[in-house]
Amino acid sequence: MGYDPNNPMEGRITDLGPRYYGDFLPPVIKENKGKWLYHEILEPGVLMHVSETGAKVYTVRCGSARLLTVNRIRLICDVADKHCDGYLRFTTRNNVEFMVDSKEKVEALKATLKSHGTTFPIGGTGACVTNIVHTQGWVHCHTPATDASGPVKAVMDDLFEYFGSMSLPAQVRIALACCLNMCGAVHASDIAILGIHRKPPMIDNDRITGVCEIPLAIASCPLGAIKPAKATNSAGEEVKSVKVNAERCMFCGNCYTMCPAMPLADPEGDGIAILVGGKVSNSKSAPKFSKLVVPFLPNTTPRWPETVACVRQILEAYAKDAKKYERVGEWAERIGWEKFFEKTGLPFTEKSIDDYRLAYDTWRTTTQFKFTSHTAAYTK
Amino acid sequence: MAKHETPLLDELEKGPWPSFVTDLKQQAETKPECWDILGQLELSYKDRITHWKHGGIVGVFGYGGGIVGRYSDVPTRFPGVEHFHTVRIAQPSGLYYTTENLRALMNLWEKYGSGVTNMHGSTGDMIFLGTRTENLEPLFWDLTHDLNQDLGGSGSNLRTPSCCLGDSRCEWACYDAQEVCNSLTQRYQDEIHRPAFPYKFKFKFSACPNDCVAAIARSDFAVIGTWKDSIRIDQAAVQKYIANDSEYPSNAGAHKGRDWGKFDIQKEVIDLCPTNCMWMEGNELKIDDAECTRCMHCINVMPRALRPGAEKGASICIGAKAPILDGAQFATLVVPFIEVNAEDDFQGIVDMIEKVWDWWMEVGKNRERVGETMQRIGLPTFLSVMEIEPMPQHVKEPRSNPYVFWKEEEVPGGWERDVVAFRKRHAA
Repeated sequence: MGYDPNNPMEGRITDLGPRYYGDFLPPVIKENKGKWLYHEILEPGVLMHVSETGAKVYTVRCGSARLLTVNRIRLICDVADKHCDGYLRFTTRNNVEFMVDSKEKVEALKATLKSHGTTFPIGGTGACVTNIVHTQGWVHCHTPATDASGPVKAVMDDLFEYFGSMSLPAQVRIALACCLNMCGAVHASDIAILGIHRKPPMIDNDRITGVCEIPLAIASCPLGAIKPAKATNSAGEEVKSVKVNAERCMFCGNCYTMCPAMPLADPEGDGIAILVGGKVSNSKSAPKFSKLVVPFLPNTTPRWPETVACVRQILEAYAKDAKKYERVGEWAERIGWEKFFEKTGLPFTEKSIDDYRLAYDTWRTTTQFKFTSHTAAYTK
Repeated sequence: MAKHETPLLDELEKGPWPSFVTDLKQQAETKPECWDILGQLELSYKDRITHWKHGGIVGVFGYGGGIVGRYSDVPTRFPGVEHFHTVRIAQPSGLYYTTENLRALMNLWEKYGSGVTNMHGSTGDMIFLGTRTENLEPLFWDLTHDLNQDLGGSGSNLRTPSCCLGDSRCEWACYDAQEVCNSLTQRYQDEIHRPAFPYKFKFKFSACPNDCVAAIARSDFAVIGTWKDSIRIDQAAVQKYIANDSEYPSNAGAHKGRDWGKFDIQKEVIDLCPTNCMWMEGNELKIDDAECTRCMHCINVMPRALRPGAEKGASICIGAKAPILDGAQFATLVVPFIEVNAEDDFQGIVDMIEKVWDWWMEVGKNRERVGETMQRIGLPTFLSVMEIEPMPQHVKEPRSNPYVFWKEEEVPGGWERDVVAFRKRHAA
């Protein structure tokens, strides 16, 4: 018996929740849960965890596109069936992990993974660029200002050498969110790629009556830029609508989230901003927000060359200059943000100066600064 | 045979990183709707704009979340993606799977959907990307009846909680993140499936301060592992690190790819300690644990020599969110230490969660995250609602303005005064 549309509530089961994790743990994990003593990254992408019982688990980590088809997941299952007794896991950064219980099994597993061409890049451990956390973009979202899977693919292609090696001063976490809603939570990433809009919303007076609660649309604007207004629709009828004070708009798109009759996406207006220096971990310094260093790069499809080049430019300056263990934000704070701009070669613009709420917190209120190329006009 | 020409997307088949375009093309051989995904995406690449309509409320009976409606704005050209709804499937804690379960899920998704997934969505769910409205109930039926699995959260409800892999494969775990995550996910099924909150609410469980699920940045209620006693030191292993023994690579081998020179405990551990609470006394590494803020750096660098203390638990931080609207917020430390105890069904954490919800559901505005409510109402009021004594740990530094909201009962004689009597003493 399956679902009966004539009797939809009959036999319905609800509120089961997720499957119990304990049923999905590989035996070596289950037996040693809570008993792990230490771990070592044996080589890029290969971890060894050692238990107080003497047991060891070897993990081979592979990148994935996150957007995976049924086919691809079945292939992942084939690998896990062949080498890992039918168990595997995913990481929070969209990597796939294959675990085996002896070192001998690692080489055979790696050989299988490598036999699949570019499908299973091994890496993503230690002082590397691991997989990019990202959102849906044009593949599935209604509010994006850029694509997600495309720019991620282009950036990871370019930084591929850093995925499979461990030569950076510390781990570098890159994230992409395709609009300011930041489903990708890029606000605490070493390098954040953020889709932004630059044109205020249009008002669709033919649609607004049917699809919007006007008071909610007005209230949705953090800057009070939306006011109630009378307007004329294309049939010549007067309708209750809204008016946008474009000068006040900060292009957050919250009005469009609340009101489908206020679209703001645009091929010329939309693009990417780059923010850097955020971190989540409490290690050494406290968690930090990412800071805006490049206000706009265009959506140059299909491979976003400006974005790819910019990320590399930042990464290479950091790799060359930072000390061992220093995250991007810790490096920028040590050398000073004026030096960050000098060393990366990124132009500093007024758009990196905060003029939103609590902006004053980021203004410099000391005479301590470094002379850089930016001050040349004063010192020459 | 390609149903649509995709010259722009074809460029994304090049390069060493796995290509989602290649994957979709291969899938299109057995799931022809994947051609329409590629066709519409190609159009977006040409037009440089999305072709998905805004909204569309769909779901399964009895649930107010778990499925996100999505429709194409060019359905006549790409009929295979006319409806393209997302189904969120609650993920197992720690993201371990058996291939048996994954294959069963893939069979289900091949039958009822586009065959495209995300492993995983940003909140943690397994995401099934793209199906038609009429498939939702049959899919849900099979998911629950045949696979014993369920949808996750969406909308103004508790979103599917997520956790790091905890002590299943990590020596630093200070509590069993999988167990508490799973247990509370089960406990709050009603809150996950039936929206009753002002806005979304997320739990995230990281078992140590390295915070691998970004709990402090991304969750309204972050439970982050910590300890209250002393870092456990194996002095013999410290000597191995100092001696540059190859079995004891610094940072667990994370820096093997570059020659950073010999490991130097002074430079790499002691000098980088944020509180300067470590020193060498002869051959012994000393830590003044009373000064330690448990940042994890020394433990990260010398995992075979140093371990978190034995009296473990968690700190609770509340109110993180992404920037819309007033800017991003990290979660604020509210409870410095709490035991995370499966034997009492995590009662301490449950009590905290429910106190937050009771208050937020009463005073929170529509689409206001709890961190925004905390900002609007003020941390002192929030702490008093939570029945937590204010302490210096709640702030980075004391306020620098003098604008205290004194309460009338705090001031002798109260606020009622007689201006006539005042004037008798003080001529205007």
